[in-house]
Amino acid sequence: MVYFGELKPKKGKIHIIKDRCKGCGFCVEYCPEDVLELSEEFNVKGYHPPYVKNEDNCLYCQLCETICPEFAIFVTLKEEEESESEKGESRP
Amino acid sequence: MKVKKVKADPKGVLTGAHYMDGDYALAEGGLAAGCRFFAGYPITPSTETAERFSARIPTVGGVFIQMEDELGSIAALIGASWGGKKPMTVTSGPGFSLMMENIGLACMQETPLVIANVQRGGPSTGLPTLTGQQDMMQAKFGSHGDYEIIALSPDSPQECFDLTIEAFNLAETYRVPVFIMTDECVGHMHEKVVIPPAEEIEIVERRWYTGPKDEYLPYQREEDGVPPMIKAGDGYRMHTTGLTHDKHGYPVINAECQRENVTDIIEKIRGNADKIIKLEEKDVDDAEIVVISYGITSRVAVRAVQKARKAGIKIGTLRMVTCWPFPEKRIRQLSKKIKAFVVPEINYGQMVREVQRNSVDRCKVVSAPHCGGWVHDPEDIFQAIKEASK
Amino acid sequence: MTKKAKAEAENPQEEYLRMDRIPHIWCPGCGIGTVVTSFNEALKKNKEDLDKVAVVSGIGCTGRVAGYVKLDSFHTTHGRAVPFATGLKLANPELKVVVFSGDGDIFGIGGNHFIHAARRNMDLVIICVNNFNYAMTGGQVAATTPTDANASTAPYGNFEYPFSIPYLADACGATYVARWTALHLRRVTKSIQEALNHRGLSVIEVITPCVTLYARRNRLGDGLNLLKYYHDKSEIAHGADTRTLGIGYQDKLIVGKFVHKEKPTFLDAMNEHLGTVLGDDYQLYGRINNDKD
Repeated sequence: MVYFGELKPKKGKIHIIKDRCKGCGFCVEYCPEDVLELSEEFNVKGYHPPYVKNEDNCLYCQLCETICPEFAIFVTLKEEEESESEKGESRP
Repeated sequence: MKVKKVKADPKGVLTGAHYMDGDYALAEGGLAAGCRFFAGYPITPSTETAERFSARIPTVGGVFIQMEDELGSIAALIGASWGGKKPMTVTSGPGFSLMMENIGLACMQETPLVIANVQRGGPSTGLPTLTGQQDMMQAKFGSHGDYEIIALSPDSPQECFDLTIEAFNLAETYRVPVFIMTDECVGHMHEKVVIPPAEEIEIVERRWYTGPKDEYLPYQREEDGVPPMIKAGDGYRMHTTGLTHDKHGYPVINAECQRENVTDIIEKIRGNADKIIKLEEKDVDDAEIVVISYGITSRVAVRAVQKARKAGIKIGTLRMVTCWPFPEKRIRQLSKKIKAFVVPEINYGQMVREVQRNSVDRCKVVSAPHCGGWVHDPEDIFQAIKEASK
Repeated sequence: MTKKAKAEAENPQEEYLRMDRIPHIWCPGCGIGTVVTSFNEALKKNKEDLDKVAVVSGIGCTGRVAGYVKLDSFHTTHGRAVPFATGLKLANPELKVVVFSGDGDIFGIGGNHFIHAARRNMDLVIICVNNFNYAMTGGQVAATTPTDANASTAPYGNFEYPFSIPYLADACGATYVARWTALHLRRVTKSIQEALNHRGLSVIEVITPCVTLYARRNRLGDGLNLLKYYHDKSEIAHGADTRTLGIGYQDKLIVGKFVHKEKPTFLDAMNEHLGTVLGDDYQLYGRINNDKD
């Protein structure tokens, strides 16, 4: 998708530190793009960590990273092949 | 690491011969020692010290803050010490009781600071304007848990000045709260106080850590058992807590760590007791009776001792300048060769318990208590000496 | 080609955390971790010199924050974080001292110290995590527990009236007062940023879920249920009259920035006054201007 000529929405890559997760569900509930879902698997503590259900929907808003109380999920900026790479700065 | 000694900052030293009371002398001693942070709360009979600080400390580049209560005062003192300043406060019995919890925190975090207790009649509100020596046990056992502190006992305004400097030096050397256990009589007594020039006053500088930043461990001890200190803002990203902790300063909740932690903070003082304890002895070598006293009582005892000598009793005196750690070794030594100890004190019998503990069955111990409100009548001490010599 | 981030497994939060102490002790669904993340974000966005920020906390669940942030941090006694921070700030005015503690610690046992620090306009940032009870010790009633809520020492329901923290702070003289919930992530970050730059006493109350105790005793569900309550019932009203900010049980939550004014801090007033009165005899203390230039 391209807006206003060159402008493209950012894309994020989600990293989940599974064994730190305590299955609270905040990231799943409050992701605005419905990217995450709680998985069926158990982590080492017995909780269900999230998994990335719709990777392409992630717009690098970093809300999951900020809301997670366990510091167990974070997002890095995905570089697009055609456009120039932008500096990865979080949106205010 | 050897302890670093420097000359006093002349800004804070009021050189000269003065006529001042013990309370003022405490303040002048603090300023001479480099105290640049005072947080306190007014309480009779110590208020004059706070008032003196409030007038003097702004002129030497320090801060005075009257906190909302003694709990706030002692907490602010610990914070200021971690901020790099040498802090002091002054209080009396009821305020001392309020400070107890955080005195435990200061011992646990090993924070150097000085607390002066101008003792008065107790318990509770007691006799606010009259003397007592009733907080001696509280200085050592007031807070919960096992810990060791240092307590000094001045007997005159001059000693109030001298021992305050000594207290700061001990606090910085051993990273421990140090108490100056004076009393209302000395606090409100006006006498000559000679303050020497700044170059003649020796100050112990804080034992700052000087190694590489990434190897810093907050409670890694040196040979004498004391860990070097740092202050907030120097980039060490230190952490310290009142919970039982390990060398990193991180809480570790188990019996093993508790054993190490508590042993360390106690042996730090007990292991160095010989260097810390200061006693003033007179005519003890051939004495049969030794009068052990501290603070103002030692001056009152002089008259009784003179009378006893005239009566032919072989008597000596031992004045405890350092009351805690208690001079166990010396008392045990003396208890083997003398007949009796006489312990006059302006309380119902506190330090006498320590004397009894250390001379058990070897010699007699006679207590000469006084409930407070005034100093002893020397006649009462003489009677106790006579009873001891029977 | 998708380029992977340079540190594959490193959460950017880790720069601000003592990773040898993670995972932390807080319960699943507890909001304290979220507030810590918002705090870290504020430090990052303000580009604070991390060597000059100190965190002081008291006792309690929120009190454990000091043990997890990679700054000069102090875990002190119950209720005495504010005077400790006062002493620390006065000893070294260059530091930015943040008190990070809970509602029971700051407004219960520490109430007296709080009102005086606010009265004096000490230059501190107080982040109060309000979970409506004394959580660490098992969920007892606190000075902020809403009337009718259940707590372990109010097993038949609370019949006392709670504090309204912004009202109390404003009445005592705090010069920056804001309230948010843990869900208002970015707004909490913005408030903390403003408070760090503000000279004077700043109070930021952050209402957070307490799942194991407050929510369980009141059968409110889990963390998600409490966040939904914040989502549904919170109303942003900047500059609202602080007298109207009481919180009823599961009732409307008015959030926002209520007070933001300039007033000389304790050190400013001290330097100004003593400088005038004593003239040359006075030794100026601390830096006058704390502006970030």
